[in-house]
Amino acid sequence: MSIKKEFLKGLVEKNPVMVLGIGLCPALAVTTSVSNALWMMIATTFVLTCSNILVSLVKDYIPSHIRIPVFITIIATFVTVVEITLKAYQPEVYTSLGIFIPLIVVNCIILGRAEEFASRNGVFISIIDALGMGIGFGLTLTILAFFRETLGANKLFGYTLIPGFKPAGMMAIAPGAFITLGLMLWAMNRIMVSRKHKK
Amino acid sequence: MEIKLFITILFSTIFINNYVLSQTLGICPFLGVSKKTDSAAGMGFAVIFVMTLASVITYFIYKYILLPFSITYLRTIAFILVIASIVQLVEMAINKLSPSLYRALGIFLPLITTNCAVLGVAVLNVDSGFITKEFGLLMTIVQGFGAGVGFLLALMLMSGIRERLETADIPFNLRGMPISFIIAGLLSLAFLGFAGMSF
Repeated sequence: MSIKKEFLKGLVEKNPVMVLGIGLCPALAVTTSVSNALWMMIATTFVLTCSNILVSLVKDYIPSHIRIPVFITIIATFVTVVEITLKAYQPEVYTSLGIFIPLIVVNCIILGRAEEFASRNGVFISIIDALGMGIGFGLTLTILAFFRETLGANKLFGYTLIPGFKPAGMMAIAPGAFITLGLMLWAMNRIMVSRKHKK
Repeated sequence: MEIKLFITILFSTIFINNYVLSQTLGICPFLGVSKKTDSAAGMGFAVIFVMTLASVITYFIYKYILLPFSITYLRTIAFILVIASIVQLVEMAINKLSPSLYRALGIFLPLITTNCAVLGVAVLNVDSGFITKEFGLLMTIVQGFGAGVGFLLALMLMSGIRERLETADIPFNLRGMPISFIIAGLLSLAFLGFAGMSF
């Protein structure tokens, strides 16, 4: 029961992007295509899970006043692992995500989970928490990327949707990202309010 | 000749490639601290200072430590630790030298460590090949300073608009984050106009 709760909390109730409003930079920047969003989800979930495991294992040995630098070092190590692996096996993904791979280090979701959850709980439940948060983050990215790719490039996973249709190029660049996320948050608020009314 | 190059870098980082509005870096502080103009100005100046300093120090670290020992894959770890220590040092130095400045900037300084624009400018300095060029140090300084000024500009514009929004009659579900995102989108659309600028 508790495992299910910890997993689902990251998806809906405490969704990092939609509810907590953290991890916004990658959410806006890499969502130009669905495959980019999915790769970002894999990379972030991997770093989040590994750092949560390690932090929950060493939490009793870290003096509390230097815990933040220690957490950042742990996170940066796993980000370097992701960076080197992607560069070697998926060079295309590495170039299209670009600067946002090293910037996973400063994604507040990962440091926030290490500080708030993994440094207070056991290993197993920390893994569940990391998976839930990572997938919740990734799902939001995927929905955002779906709208931006279909409207901004008239494509999905690189395949053209409607031949001869001229896409709205604005959706593929920064303004489209801001406005789409704004509209998604609006829809989310609307759904939340109508849910409260039913109760 | 060189002067023209520096001016091009400065203007392109402030206007054309504004870190917040066209590259979507540093969104968390951009939305978090832009509720009041005073705190927006404080945050902006702190970011200019830290970005310029971080650019200079990461330049030396990359050129004289990481490159000669061919350990450039440690870039992410080295840079984030350097930035975290710079922020800590600056905080202590300002506290000792000018308590009044510390009271104005103090609360923003710890937040800068997780501002992805700061790590972003350090990584971009390396990626754009400034390290090995002639006058590389000056170019990194100009790019770091310009990125900070661009951040300040975006933050000031946003806070000015958000202060006026307080009295505006916005639909209930759109209040708070959704309307901020839509305004950020419109601002970034306006900044798109600078893309046509050339020197």
